[in-house]
Amino acid sequence: MEIVYAKEEKASVVSVSGRMDGVSAPDFEQKMVSWINEGESNFVVDFGSLDYISSAGLRSILVTAKKLKAKNGRLLLCSLKDTVKEVFEISGFSSIVPIFDSVKAAVEEI
Amino acid sequence: MSKIILPATIEHLENLVGFVSECARKTGFSNKRLKEIELASEESLVNIFNYAYPEKSGEVTVTCFSQKDTLLKIEIMDKGIPFDPLSLPEPDLHADLSERKVGGLGIFFIRQMVDEIQYRREDGNNILTLTIFINKAV
Repeated sequence: MEIVYAKEEKASVVSVSGRMDGVSAPDFEQKMVSWINEGESNFVVDFGSLDYISSAGLRSILVTAKKLKAKNGRLLLCSLKDTVKEVFEISGFSSIVPIFDSVKAAVEEI
Repeated sequence: MSKIILPATIEHLENLVGFVSECARKTGFSNKRLKEIELASEESLVNIFNYAYPEKSGEVTVTCFSQKDTLLKIEIMDKGIPFDPLSLPEPDLHADLSERKVGGLGIFFIRQMVDEIQYRREDGNNILTLTIFINKAV
């Protein structure tokens, strides 16, 4: 899993590629928490190059989303591939975290 | 039939899931089904890493029985404390962000992604068997 961070005017755009599994998900959570602690509160997470996600990945997203909600921040996801989208849909996570078709659409929402 | 035996720790997740995925690919599953099979395998294995050996280290054995273009049977075995993952409660899929609990999704994904699932305790082993058919009867 690779994580690229870009600070944009309205939001922090975090691009995640590869696999978010039981090994890599804690790394994502740790990085997100450190950016939140540095004061960032609006995040667009770009899953356009994410090939796979397991319950460990969903758990790290849930933890991050809860932290941001407590700070009146936002976590938006975008560009999910079909297999990743399926995991979000059957788990009910697509109704917990807003999902957009593109980075642009997500950033405009903030 | 092919088999892999490794220590039951998260460091070996990639090798174990990769092994199952390769068996599934040889069986003839599509890329989409491969990801679903990987997901069911990871969730089963992570349960074992977390619960099977609370006080000592141990191993997990994954055995794949493949019938080309027909089915894949994955047998996941550990010698840990008796643990039936099928006994775990279903998560509440409709809770909103503040009420949603962290966890409980693993067994749900296993059930969703495979066609048949069976647990048995035999000679001090936990044995979880997952069966996936190429042509899923809907």
